[in-house]
Amino acid sequence: MRHQRYGRMFARLDAAGEGALGAFLMLGDPDAETSFALLDAAVAGGADMLEVGIAFSDPVADGPVIQAAAQRALAGGITPRASFELIARLRERHAEVPIGILTYANLVVARGLEDFCAAAARAGADSLLVADVPSLEAARFADAAREAGLDPVLIAAPNTGAAALERIAALGSGYIYCVARAGVTGQRADMALDHDALFDRLRALGAPPPVLGFGISTPAQVRAGLAAGAAGVICGSAIVAAAQAASDPAAAVREFVATLKAATRG
Amino acid sequence: MKQDGRFGAFGGAFVPEILVPAIEQLEAAYLAAIEDPDFLAELDHLLRTYAGRPTALTRCRNIGDERVRLYLKREDLLHGGAHKTNQVIAQALLAKRMGKTRLIAETGAGQHGVATAIAGALFGLKTRIYMGALDAERQALNVFRMQLMGAEVVPVEIGSRTLKDAVNEALRDWTASFADTHYLLGTVAGPHPFPQMVRDFQAVIGREARAQLLEVEGRLPDRVIACVGGGSNAIGIFHEFVPDRAVALVGVEAAGKGLDSGEHGATLQRGRRGILHGAETYLMQDDEGQVGESWSVSAGLDYPAVGPEHAHLMASGRATYVGATDTEAIAAFQRLAREEGIIPALETAHALAEAFKQVAAAQAAGEERVILVNLSGRGDKDMAQAMQLVAGR
Repeated sequence: MRHQRYGRMFARLDAAGEGALGAFLMLGDPDAETSFALLDAAVAGGADMLEVGIAFSDPVADGPVIQAAAQRALAGGITPRASFELIARLRERHAEVPIGILTYANLVVARGLEDFCAAAARAGADSLLVADVPSLEAARFADAAREAGLDPVLIAAPNTGAAALERIAALGSGYIYCVARAGVTGQRADMALDHDALFDRLRALGAPPPVLGFGISTPAQVRAGLAAGAAGVICGSAIVAAAQAASDPAAAVREFVATLKAATRG
Repeated sequence: MKQDGRFGAFGGAFVPEILVPAIEQLEAAYLAAIEDPDFLAELDHLLRTYAGRPTALTRCRNIGDERVRLYLKREDLLHGGAHKTNQVIAQALLAKRMGKTRLIAETGAGQHGVATAIAGALFGLKTRIYMGALDAERQALNVFRMQLMGAEVVPVEIGSRTLKDAVNEALRDWTASFADTHYLLGTVAGPHPFPQMVRDFQAVIGREARAQLLEVEGRLPDRVIACVGGGSNAIGIFHEFVPDRAVALVGVEAAGKGLDSGEHGATLQRGRRGILHGAETYLMQDDEGQVGESWSVSAGLDYPAVGPEHAHLMASGRATYVGATDTEAIAAFQRLAREEGIIPALETAHALAEAFKQVAAAQAAGEERVILVNLSGRGDKDMAQAMQLVAGR
């Protein structure tokens, strides 16, 4: 049974005339307690949904900031099992905030697709995005996720071909993770790709709501993404970097997320 | 994609969605090129007049005897010093056909980086080589060779600072740059179409060797032996022999300090199934799925994954995979130098270690046997290390 937290969140925000703000942090970076406190701070700052990374040794889709976060988390001893425990604690504290897992294929298949998805669902996660599984390879991952009660989240890009986009629209649920530009995760001044067309194509296919990520780091980019038609935006690297730079990381995350959240309110 | 890139249960295309258009474009260009007589003629011309094909097939004079005959396919004589040049020239031609102006590549020991730098210079393509910072320190000479040919060498400081991290970094670069950049992957690993494409461009080794051996022996070999890191030289010599069911195919992995020491590169023999660098294959990994570190005296075999077609050849029983330790490889390295006047690459020495065992076993059993080894590279690049290992200097 899926919990439909994404659906309820989008309906609530839609009624309020707001876009969704997703905050990404790496679980266990640099240790379990700190990352729990930072995710809690992100919710306090106004994050509507949380995206949590389960650290992998070889994160090919990530830029330097998230790579470093994964390395710190692994050095701090995080494991998928401990990550699920953190998710369970977050769920206990925030019953209604959607929590999505971002990770890589090998961690999922090492534990076994069914087992990994079941553990994620038991912990209280809402969705699973596997960064190195494109729609071509996604069917068995999406099936296992759905079977366990998770929304399979897939990535779409403005350069994604028609056949792939149809698969993404058909396999994905919860939301569609739209990437804001070519390349890996990380902060950029530019958002080069043309999303309006992507959002239109996804809508025409009856896909779940599009949420824009990769390279979102300023209130202006949040506004631009929502104005282009995204139902929400996800910020990751900039939040991780804000925490890293601050003497009081939780306060820094709360304040930074609050400025981004303000930009989602029209 | 026109094909699923599967070898039995292995392979596939596990890349971020944003890279899918890049591998689709590459697949289309590759499938068209291998059917295009103009492409094949240009490739053949370059392999003959620039790279030095066909390479010789040498029968060992002093190792083996009249009944047990050991043949070496001399990829060490190829321009660049190893088999790598075969497929690099082919991929660089493809890059030109696709209108790309820039090449990126990963390298471990530096051989593939050197081969890519050669192609970059030859075709006037801007070239960037990603190399683990640890490897760049260990292989300073190869870094200089690449730079001399105009390539930019970027040391990768993240992760274990070795080959797998260089692959990660090249994939990240490609994710942002594929509009004008070709990722010239160096082995039969990675997402589809790389394992199949690199195999097809290396298969010239086995095609030549099979014809050369039939000419001198009038028969097929009993065994074909090659070392396996990522697996491109092994696939290159195996491929033509796969339908010859009576020919045993033997891949030799780096057993490092011993197959049970935990310090080796024997992915097929001691790894578990998983997904890395775009393919479902065997990996060195911990119980949770974090990718482990490999170890070998030869940097070219020091890779925690392996080409997916090898995983399939093993699973289907068509090929067998054994190990040679650092110590066995160094002994074989010295023996070929001393007895045949050929200094092999340390990678190749692993295949030779197994071949010498097979020769001795056949002699002891009094059997007639023809054994073919892919002498995949020459040892010039290993001289500084060999001086330490062999002479203690």
